[in-house]
Amino acid sequence: MTSKTWAFEDFVEGGTIDLGCKDVTAGEIVEFASEFDPQPMHLDEAAGKASILGGLSASGWHTCAIYMRLLCDSFLLDSTSQGAPGIDRIKWRKPVLAGDRLNGRATVLSRRESRSRPSIGLVAFRSELFNQHGETVFELENTVMFLKRGAAA
Amino acid sequence: MTLDEFFEIGVVTPLGSHTFDAEGIKAFARKYDPQPFHTDEEAAKKSVFGGLCASGWQTAATWMKRNLATPGKRWAGTGPAPEFGPSPGITDLKWLKPVYAGETVSFSRTALSHRAMGSRPGWHLLTVYAEGVDSTGDKVIEFNSAVLVKVA
Repeated sequence: MTSKTWAFEDFVEGGTIDLGCKDVTAGEIVEFASEFDPQPMHLDEAAGKASILGGLSASGWHTCAIYMRLLCDSFLLDSTSQGAPGIDRIKWRKPVLAGDRLNGRATVLSRRESRSRPSIGLVAFRSELFNQHGETVFELENTVMFLKRGAAA
Repeated sequence: MTLDEFFEIGVVTPLGSHTFDAEGIKAFARKYDPQPFHTDEEAAKKSVFGGLCASGWQTAATWMKRNLATPGKRWAGTGPAPEFGPSPGITDLKWLKPVYAGETVSFSRTALSHRAMGSRPGWHLLTVYAEGVDSTGDKVIEFNSAVLVKVA
């Protein structure tokens, strides 16, 4: 038996998980973009304002990284996760701007047992991030593998 | 020059490579993806992956880094040069094989198609296939990315 809170059995179709919240600062937007996505609208307030994004805005990949950290801290690190083979789709629906407060929610779309690996179950999620205005800024759908409770060490 | 020629539709463009060293893997993971197999060599040995490996998000973001470092063709058509804007999203991202510490990944992009956007006059939506291959020739990541381009 596992000491983890979340194993495959604990995910219920239609259930939701609060991913918590994250304040996005100008400093971290620029830091991430400087390394991975050095386009003017991610590096400079004036350039961001002049772009169709309307302000200094996070790289979409930074938003993915913010989502991942929220996922880790809200339940993934306290789960029997065996990783995810990929992401079906990501939508960057609205710009994430410096000063935004994001909060997240993951919804279980479906769950099934693995046919090839009896110790594993697969859980499909839709995850969303919302800004302080209640607008959806980010959507992601993927499937994560979890050990079943009895199979986890 | 046509837009097809400018975007190099169907042409595989090499984006260079990146070596994922252990320190870089752990630094990224501590900030964004602190799962034990990305932050700790010993814990990683006992994990499903069997060794320290990069967060899939680090691999994806590094594709973007290489993509921006590799300019496309200069516009030689009539009218103003097309301007690249933000991306509305990606589909079918697959992490096909772990990227272990010390591995070097070679990235590429291939523009697949573009179309005028009914909702945004003057803008086209360009679809790009992104890929990363490790030192043994195995594909480690792939996805389809979309990007808005102002063409008039």
